[in-house]
Amino acid sequence: MPLDRHTIADWLRKATYVAEEVYSAPYRSAIARAKRDEDDLFMLMVFSEMMGVPNPASYYTLELQPLLLERFHDWHKRMGMEHSPLDHFKCC
Amino acid sequence: MNAIMLMVVGLGGLALGYIFYSRFIAEKIYQLDPDFRTPAHEFKDGVDYVPTNRLVLWGHHFTSVAGAAPIVGPAVAVIWGWGPAFVWVILGTIFFAGIHDFGAIWASTRNKAKSMGALTGDVVSARARSIFMIVIFLVLLMVNAVFAVVISNLLIAYPSAVLAVWGTIIVASIIGVIIYQQYTSLPLVTVVGVLSLYLMVGMGPVVPFEFPEMVGPLSNSATWILILFAYAFIASLLPVWVLLQPRDYINGIQLFIALGVLYGAVLLTGPTVVAPMFNTDVPAGTPSLIPLLFVTIACGAISGFHGLVASGTTSKQINRETDARFVGYFGSVGEGTLALATIIAASAGFATLGDWQAIYTSFGAGGVEAFVAGGARIISQGWGMSEEVAATLLAVMACLFAGTTMDTGIRLQRYIFQEWGQIYNIGWMRRNLPATVLAVGACLLLAFGAGGAEGAGGMLIWPLFGTTNQLLAGLTLLVITVILIHKGRPIIYTLAPLLFLLVMTIFALLVQLRTFFEAGDWFLFAVDVLVLVAAILVALECAASLRRHSAEVRRQS
Repeated sequence: MPLDRHTIADWLRKATYVAEEVYSAPYRSAIARAKRDEDDLFMLMVFSEMMGVPNPASYYTLELQPLLLERFHDWHKRMGMEHSPLDHFKCC
Repeated sequence: MNAIMLMVVGLGGLALGYIFYSRFIAEKIYQLDPDFRTPAHEFKDGVDYVPTNRLVLWGHHFTSVAGAAPIVGPAVAVIWGWGPAFVWVILGTIFFAGIHDFGAIWASTRNKAKSMGALTGDVVSARARSIFMIVIFLVLLMVNAVFAVVISNLLIAYPSAVLAVWGTIIVASIIGVIIYQQYTSLPLVTVVGVLSLYLMVGMGPVVPFEFPEMVGPLSNSATWILILFAYAFIASLLPVWVLLQPRDYINGIQLFIALGVLYGAVLLTGPTVVAPMFNTDVPAGTPSLIPLLFVTIACGAISGFHGLVASGTTSKQINRETDARFVGYFGSVGEGTLALATIIAASAGFATLGDWQAIYTSFGAGGVEAFVAGGARIISQGWGMSEEVAATLLAVMACLFAGTTMDTGIRLQRYIFQEWGQIYNIGWMRRNLPATVLAVGACLLLAFGAGGAEGAGGMLIWPLFGTTNQLLAGLTLLVITVILIHKGRPIIYTLAPLLFLLVMTIFALLVQLRTFFEAGDWFLFAVDVLVLVAAILVALECAASLRRHSAEVRRQS
C-alpha cells in the first residue's frame, strides 16, 4: 500500500484511539464515581431549601430545579431514601 | 550455557502453554461460549461496564498485574541457581498462573462480574469471605512495606536513579492536568512524556543524589522509607486523574520498552550464564529450596493479587467471553516473560562466577540489585550505551513499578479500613484522612519492625509476602474449583495447583517460624504466626467446602 497522507492520518487516528482507551479504561469508573459525588453535593445545594435546610443561594438555584428533575430520583435513592423525601414532589 | 538458549526454551514453553494448554482449558474445562452475553454488554453503563477491545484490555490487565514483584522474587530466588527459578517460573505460569487469572476472569464474568471477595461469599461461604478480607489486608500490608524497602535500597545503591524516579512524578502530574483539561491530544503528550522520562534517565548519572549515611538520628534507608510513605500518603489521597492515571500509563509504556531493550540485548550479545544451574554452595543461612522457592517467587509463577484485578475491573470490560483466554492467560504469559528476563539478567549479566557470588552473599541480599547490575551489563554490551545509564534505566523501572504498586496499595488499604469503619460503626475510621493514616501507619510499623531501617534486613518479609499472596491465589482457585464441581466438570486442573500451593505455603511458614524463633526475631515471629493462622483457616475452609459442595452435587444427581 502506498504511504500517502490518508494512510498516515488513518494510522494516527487509530493510535489516538488506542492510546485514549489505554489511558482512560482503567480509571473510568473511579473518575465517574468522583464526579458523581460532586454532582450529589450540587443536588443537595439545589434541593436543600425544599427539605427545610436553609440555603442562602436558593434564590439562584431555584431555576435549576426543573433542569435537574431527571436526576432527582436516582439521587434520593443513592442518598439512602427509598422514596422521595418531599411531600409535594413525588417521583416514585 | 548461552542465555539465548534459556530465552528460547523459556519463551517457547510459554508459547506452547498458551497455544495448547489454554485452548484445552478454554474448550473443555471453562467451556467458553462466544455467544454468552458478558456483563460488559448486559450492564453496559459507559462507566464500570464497558465492552473493551481485547488488546487494550490485555494491555491494561498485564500492566496492572506486572509490578516489581516478578522482578524481586525471581532475582532473590536465583540464589539457589537459575535452574529451579526457571522451571518454577515457566511451569508456574503455564499450569498455575494462567489457569488462575483466566479462571478468575471467567468465574467473575459468569457471575455478573462480581469481585473475587463477593464471589467467595456467594459461591463458597460467608466465613470464607471473612478469611479472604483478612488475607487481602495482610497481602497489602506486606506489599507496601516490602516495596518501600525495595525502592529505598535501590535509591541508595543507584543515586543516579533518584532524579528520574521523583521527576516522573512531576511529569506524570503535568500529563494528568493536560489530559484532564483537554489541552492537547494524547499521542503528542505520550511522546513528550516518555522522552522526558528517558532524558532524566540519561541525565541521572550526571546529577546523582544521595543522603549521608545518617540523616539526624535516622539512617539513610530509614529516611527514604519515611519519604516514600509520606509520598504514598499524599498520592493516595489525590484524585486519580492527577497522578495515578498518568503514572500508570507511562509505567505501562515503559514496561514494554524495557522488556524490548532487555530481550533485544540478550539476542544481540548472547551472554553466557555464569550462575550455576543448581547452586550447591549457597551462602550460610539460606533456607532450603523446598518449600521456600515457591513462596519467594509468587508473582511470575502464580499470584493471588491478579485475581483482584481480574475480577475487579477486567471482568466488567470483557467484550466476548472467549477474550478471557487471551486477556487472562496471555496476561500471565506477559508476566512470565518479565520474570524470565529477570532470571536471565541475574544469572547471565555477570562476567564471572566470582562476580555473581559477590552479589549473592546472603539470602535476600542479591535481589533486585542483582537484576539491575546484571541487566545493565547485558544492555550496555548489546546496545552500546554506558553501563551507568543502563543501570539507571533498570533501577528506575523497578522503582516506578514498586512505586505505583504502593500508591494503589495504600489506597486499597484505606478502603479496607473504611469498610471496617462502616461494619463496626466507627465514625472517624470512615473518613479518608484517618483511614489513610491508619493504612500508612500499619505499613510503616511492618517496614521498620522487619528491619527496613537497616537496609536489606527488610527483605526478610519477602517470603512472607509471597506466602500471603499464594494464600489469596488458593482462595481464588477454591472458588473456581467449587464452580466447576457444581457444573460437573473435571476439577483436577484447578484442584492440583490449589493443593500444591496450600502444602507449600504452610510448609514454608513452619520453616520460617523456626528461623525467626532461632534468630529471636519476635516481631516477624508474630507476623508469621498471624499468617500461619490465616493459612490454616484457608486450608480448613478448602477441605470443608469441597466436601460440602461435592456432597451437595451428589445429592442433587
